[in-house]
Amino acid sequence: MLRRSVLWIVVLLMLAALPVAAQETTVRYFTFSAAPDHLEDLDTIIAAFEEANPGINVEVETAPFADYFTLLQAGVASGDAPDVFELNYENFVTYAANGALLDLSGMVSAEAPFYPRALEAFQYESQQMALPATFSTVLLFYNADLFDQAGLDYPTPAWTWVDAVEAATAIRALGSDTWGLFSPVQFWEFYKKAGQNGECSFFNAEMTESTINSAACVSTLEAMVSFQTSDIMPTAAELSGVSDSELFLSGKLGMLVTGIWMFGAFQDASFTWDVQIEPMINQHAHHFFANGVAVSASTANAEAAVAWAEFMASSETAANVRVESAWELPALDQPEYFAAYLEQTPPANRAAVFEALESPVTPPVIERQNEMQDAVNALLTRVVDGELTAQEALDQAKAELDALIQ
Amino acid sequence: MSRMSWNSGIHRWKWVALFLLPGLIGLSLFVLYPIASSFWLAFQDWNLLRPPEFVGLGNFQELAQDDAFWQALSYTLSFIVLYVPVVFIAGLGLALFLNQKFPGMLIVRASTFLPVVASWVVVSLIWKWIFNPAYGLVNFALNLIGIQGPAWLFEPQTAVYAMVITSVWKDVGYIALLYLGGLQNISESYYEAARIDGANRWRCLRHITLPLLTPTMFFVAITLLINYFQMFEQVWLMPMRDSAADRQVEVIVTEVVKNAFSYSRMGYASAMSWVLFALIFAITFVQLRLQKRWVFYKSD
Repeated sequence: MLRRSVLWIVVLLMLAALPVAAQETTVRYFTFSAAPDHLEDLDTIIAAFEEANPGINVEVETAPFADYFTLLQAGVASGDAPDVFELNYENFVTYAANGALLDLSGMVSAEAPFYPRALEAFQYESQQMALPATFSTVLLFYNADLFDQAGLDYPTPAWTWVDAVEAATAIRALGSDTWGLFSPVQFWEFYKKAGQNGECSFFNAEMTESTINSAACVSTLEAMVSFQTSDIMPTAAELSGVSDSELFLSGKLGMLVTGIWMFGAFQDASFTWDVQIEPMINQHAHHFFANGVAVSASTANAEAAVAWAEFMASSETAANVRVESAWELPALDQPEYFAAYLEQTPPANRAAVFEALESPVTPPVIERQNEMQDAVNALLTRVVDGELTAQEALDQAKAELDALIQ
Repeated sequence: MSRMSWNSGIHRWKWVALFLLPGLIGLSLFVLYPIASSFWLAFQDWNLLRPPEFVGLGNFQELAQDDAFWQALSYTLSFIVLYVPVVFIAGLGLALFLNQKFPGMLIVRASTFLPVVASWVVVSLIWKWIFNPAYGLVNFALNLIGIQGPAWLFEPQTAVYAMVITSVWKDVGYIALLYLGGLQNISESYYEAARIDGANRWRCLRHITLPLLTPTMFFVAITLLINYFQMFEQVWLMPMRDSAADRQVEVIVTEVVKNAFSYSRMGYASAMSWVLFALIFAITFVQLRLQKRWVFYKSD
């Protein structure tokens, strides 16, 4: 009798649990930015999401950036794509154009306070194919002690590159091992300086032809290369394997054009340093590097996946966790979220991060993105080495880019 | 054959098959199937995100006009021309030295083999330091004799020489070991007979050692060419990041890897792999045909 009663109780308990089990949904989230330093921060965000959305569990999968896209593509190809995954802006178009992403238009709250430019960046053919989660930019870092030694005023927002080169020349004169400026000659710097020129664009508006060999682009590239030929910037061989950031940290570099992700690395520098928005050619332009959160087109849990993507990209919890843990900045137009970030020093002029956002430039993006980047980088190197003139290199680049967008 | 022995034969083969099965399954899944797939993919356009699309010989036609492929082939051949003769002769020289008998030879033999077992990552780190233009050993030594050393791993031309030197250092021990096996296989009686006839060391080397070593030389030549058409690690790891060498020096296999995993052009990368296979096959075939003219087997 007792055994039968126990049996009944077990059966009833199982039946009672059935509806709950049926409602449980698991969302697989694939990320490159959380591991290895921010897994606990991600757990905090997940806990808040799961509490606000009972019945949805988030399962995290991570991979280092170098392997991330190979694994993601393998997942998509084998029909085993994660429900939600991170995408950087440069790869976003490839995935959107190949139908791998769920159209989020109308599925996310219209009230989410995204930076409009960031939201636009993740649209493809007028559809919202991913949500912007974080952003980053590049600024002019300067060694204030070297400026003082050279008797120079610190950089101002009104500076042009002519001012920067003058200051760099004065700093270079301080010693044979002291360099004035480092602004690498590569794809990412080139498209940004093209934006600072204002008249140089890699492609025409219709994206049917490359315009990278225009007179404005040629003069922009010549100006970039002149930093090296005028001996204010070390060549790769002169650096001899020392990275630009190591050179800056050693106190032997006056100005460095690099990303705000270096704030932490320069925290304990033995000299005073600060940042300023970048000098202009004809106008201001700053990188806008964005990571987005996308939902797989093949997900079986679209509603839950979209809810998680939206929470990860735009919730106050996620924003606060990211800012407090220095895990990238949320792409949200909510100044109050950034109060704690702005109070930290150095740099004293941290507000320059947000001033830079007033002149954002996103990279030119095509489906065959990596091939474009490699082709342009290889040609820029040949200009730096004096093998090709800027015009010859960009004529060749135009031919290669035209072939890539066919 | 009697019915009984036929049955026992079948019975024995069942056991053979059973024991071969695990290996065959692995071979089929991880070698044969990928080879067959890559052949099929060579005629497709596939970026992993969309289903493959048949393009016929399109990938091969594109390959014929692809400057990057021809440049990679040219760098591959440059490496082979610079590396193979040096390691072929240096390996033989080292083997002749290691074949001597004196105290401590075992330690010398082991130490020449150490670079062979070292990983390419470690080797590349060490040699990147040795070739560093500012504080590397090579340029320091050149400075001592008044020569301004080049930026070895930054410029394409000098990077090729630096990689060849590193590759020779890493591989010569293995080549010497192969030769050593061949040398120790030559019967002492040939040398005794030659010495009785008044042959000096040079004549012994010229008329006994080298002819009887030709089967090993043939094996070394074939494996060196096959391996160096597929060279990858040194080119992937050694050029300094973002330098001209890094952005310009490519060999066929680095092009395959880039196209497959960076550009997501699986079909094109597969076509490139099959062209590489055809090249290696053709060269090995020619070598096999030519061996009759210079390789002497003991039974000849």
